[in-house]
Amino acid sequence: MQIRISDDALALACGADRVTTAFAKAAPDADIRRVSSWGMHWLEPLVEIDGIGYGPVTPADVDAILFGTADALRIGRIEDHPFIASQTRLTFARAGKTRSLSLDDYDATGGWKGLRAAQAMTALQIVETVTASGLRGRGGAGFPAGIKWKTVLDAPAGRKYIVCNADEGDSGTFADRMVMEGDPYMLIEGMAIAGLATGAGKGFIYVRSEYPHAIAKLEAAVARSRMIIAPFEIEVREGAGAYVCGEETSLLNSLEGKRGEVRAKPPLPAHEGLFGCPTVINNVLTLAAIPYVLAQGAEAYAAYGMGRSRGTMPIQLAGNLKYGGLYETAFGVTLGELVDDIGGGCESGRPVRAVQVGGPLGAYFPPALFDTPFDYEAFAAADGLIGHGGVTVFDTEVDMAAQARFAMTFCAVESCGKCTPCRLGSTRGVETIDRIIAARDLAASSSVHPEPVEGSSSSGDPALKERASTRSAQTELEDAVILIEDLCDTMKFGSLCALGGFTPYPVLSALHHFPEDFGLKEAAE
Amino acid sequence: MERQGDNEFDAERVTTTIRQNKHLEGALLPILHALQAEFGWIDDTTIRAVALELNLSRAEVHGVISFYHDFRTRPEARPVIKLCRAEACQARGSEPLANWAAAKAANRIAIEPVYCLGLCSVGPNAMIGHDVYARLDEASLGALIEAL
Ligand SMILES: Cc1cc2nc3c(=O)[nH]c(=O)nc-3n(C[C@H](O)[C@H](O)[C@H](O)COP(=O)(O)O)c2cc1C
Ligand code: SF4
Ligand code: FES
Repeated sequence: MQIRISDDALALACGADRVTTAFAKAAPDADIRRVSSWGMHWLEPLVEIDGIGYGPVTPADVDAILFGTADALRIGRIEDHPFIASQTRLTFARAGKTRSLSLDDYDATGGWKGLRAAQAMTALQIVETVTASGLRGRGGAGFPAGIKWKTVLDAPAGRKYIVCNADEGDSGTFADRMVMEGDPYMLIEGMAIAGLATGAGKGFIYVRSEYPHAIAKLEAAVARSRMIIAPFEIEVREGAGAYVCGEETSLLNSLEGKRGEVRAKPPLPAHEGLFGCPTVINNVLTLAAIPYVLAQGAEAYAAYGMGRSRGTMPIQLAGNLKYGGLYETAFGVTLGELVDDIGGGCESGRPVRAVQVGGPLGAYFPPALFDTPFDYEAFAAADGLIGHGGVTVFDTEVDMAAQARFAMTFCAVESCGKCTPCRLGSTRGVETIDRIIAARDLAASSSVHPEPVEGSSSSGDPALKERASTRSAQTELEDAVILIEDLCDTMKFGSLCALGGFTPYPVLSALHHFPEDFGLKEAAE
Repeated sequence: MERQGDNEFDAERVTTTIRQNKHLEGALLPILHALQAEFGWIDDTTIRAVALELNLSRAEVHGVISFYHDFRTRPEARPVIKLCRAEACQARGSEPLANWAAAKAANRIAIEPVYCLGLCSVGPNAMIGHDVYARLDEASLGALIEAL
C-alpha cells in the first residue's frame, strides 16, 4: 500500500505531519511518501492511497480510512476530480505526483529534457524559441521573456547573472511557493537554460523570508543538482521582509547588500543589473515555464491562451472561497468561472461581493464585471491587472472603504521612500480615507438619530468626527472624495515604481465600484 | 516552545559569524540574517563589528538594518506569533481574530503582523518560528497562545 501525503507548507499548516505520524503508526508496513501538493487546498491534508484521495484528514480519521469506512472523506481518483481534470497543467504537471527532492522522480517525469534540448542549441536558438512561445513575465508586468533574454544575450560577453524573483509578496498568491517547494528542480532547470541562452554563469534565487520551507527545499535541491547544471551555479538568498524588494531594481539592491530602494530606469537591469552586470531577472513562474517550452517546443506552449497572452497561467484562488487552491489554465477563462464555478463561491455561504485580482496593487472587481476574461489586455481595459494571478474573494461582510484604507496603509508602510507621491501621498491617502469614513459614519448615525448623538457608536478618531460634525457631513465627504481622486492621480503619474503608481487601483476601484461603502449614493461614477 | 537566537552576544561568536559569510557576493544581508539567527537581535557593538569587517560606515549598516522589517535592533524577550493580516486572510476573518488575540496574549506574547505567508486559501494563518498554522479560530489560536 502506498500512502502519499504532501509536505508542502500549506499541508503542514493544516496538520499533515500529525496525519502522517498517525498513518505510520496504524499502518507500519505501508510505503508512506511525502509528495508535493495537488493544490486542492480545501482538502488538505489530502491523503492519497493507491490513487484514491481522502481529505481533509485528521489523525482521528486514519482508522476509518484504513478500514474503508471513511466515505465522507473519500473523493475518488484525484486525477479525475473536476478541479484537477478541468485544468491544463503545464507548469504544475508534477504537482501531487512527485517527491520534490527526488531526482529519480524528476527524471522519470521528463525532468532535464528541456535542458538537454537547450544544450544542443545555440544561445540565439534558445532565445528565439522562448520568444516564439509568446511567454510573458509572470511576475506582474507581463513583459515578453524572450525580448529580455535577447538584450542580455546581445550585451558584451563578461560577467552576467540570472536572478529569479521569488519574493512573491502579493497577498493571495502562492504559486511561486508551490513551485519552489514542490518542483524545485524545474525552476533550477529553467534558470540553467536561461544561463545557456544569455551566457550567464551564475544565478541567484531571492526568496522572501516568510517562506522558510521553500528556502530549505531550494537549498537542498540546489546542492543535489549541482553537477547536473554545472558549470552554471545557483545561490539561494533570503529576503528580509520588505514588500518593495519584489520590484526588480529594489531586489537587485537588496542582493547587493544595500537598502532595497528602487533604482531609476534606465539603465535596465538587462544592461546594468546585479553589480552593474547584464542581468536577466524573471519571476519563478516565468523561469519554471521554460523547461516545458524547450522540451515540447514553442508551438506547443503558444497553442494555449488568447490574444497576446499565450500559454497557461497558474491562477491562485484565495480568500473566502469554498474551493481555494491552485488552478492552472489557459488564458481566457472568465473571472466569474473562476470564482463561482471553480471556486464554488464563498466558504462562509454568503454571496460574493468583491474580488481583488493581482495582489495588494490590484483592482477590486464587483460581480458585475465577472465576464472579464483572464488576459493581460482585458484586465487592463477593465482598469485592473492580473499581476501574479492571485484572485482574492470577499463576501458581503467586507467594508470596501476599510479595504481602500488598507491599500493606502500598506503603501505607506512598504514605500521605499524614494519618491514623494508614494511616500507622502500614501500617508495623506490614509488620512483622507479616515475623513471619508468619519463623515460616512456621522451621516449614517445622524440619519438614524436626527440629532447627532454625542459620542455615538460610530468608529473613527474623535477629532475627525468633531471636524466632520462642524460642517455638513455630506460636504466633508464630497471634499474628501475629490481629494482622494486627486491624490490617486498624483500617485499614479508621479511615482517611480508600481508600488506608488498602482496603489490607486485598489483604492479607486473600491470607490468607483462600491460607492455606497463610502457613504456615497450608488453609481456615483 | 524553543525560541531561536537567544544566545548572549559574544565578540568572538560575532566575528566568526561574520567571517563565515563574508566571502559571499553582497554579503551584508546574509551576515545580518546569520547574526539575528544566532542572537535574536543586532546590538550596537555588533553593528560596529559588521561595519569594520565589511569596510562600511556604521551609518551604512544601520541604514540597511532599518530598511528591512525583519531585523531587530532591540531584543524581544517574549515569544512571537506572526499573524497574517493581508487581504486574503482579512477575507477569512483575520481582523477580529487579531483583536481577540491581542487581548488574549496580553503582554506575555508579542502578536506581530505579517503580510502574507502564501497560505491564502486556508487563512487566517500564523507563523511561530518556522512553523506555520492554518484555519485559525479563537479555539486553535488560543491553544497556540497558551502553549507558548
Ligand atoms: C512593488 C512591486 C513589487 C513586486 N513584487 C514582485 C514579486 O514579488 N515577484 C515578482 O516576480 N515580481 C514582482 N514585481 C515585478 C518585478 O518588478 C518584475 O517585473 C519581475 O520580476 C520581472 O520578471 P518577469 O518578467 O518574469 O515577470 C514587483 C513590482 C513592484 C513594483
Ligand atoms: S513609488 Fe514608492 S516604492 Fe516605488 S520608488 Fe517611489 S517611493 Fe519607492
Ligand atoms: S494573505 Fe494571509 S497567508 Fe496570504
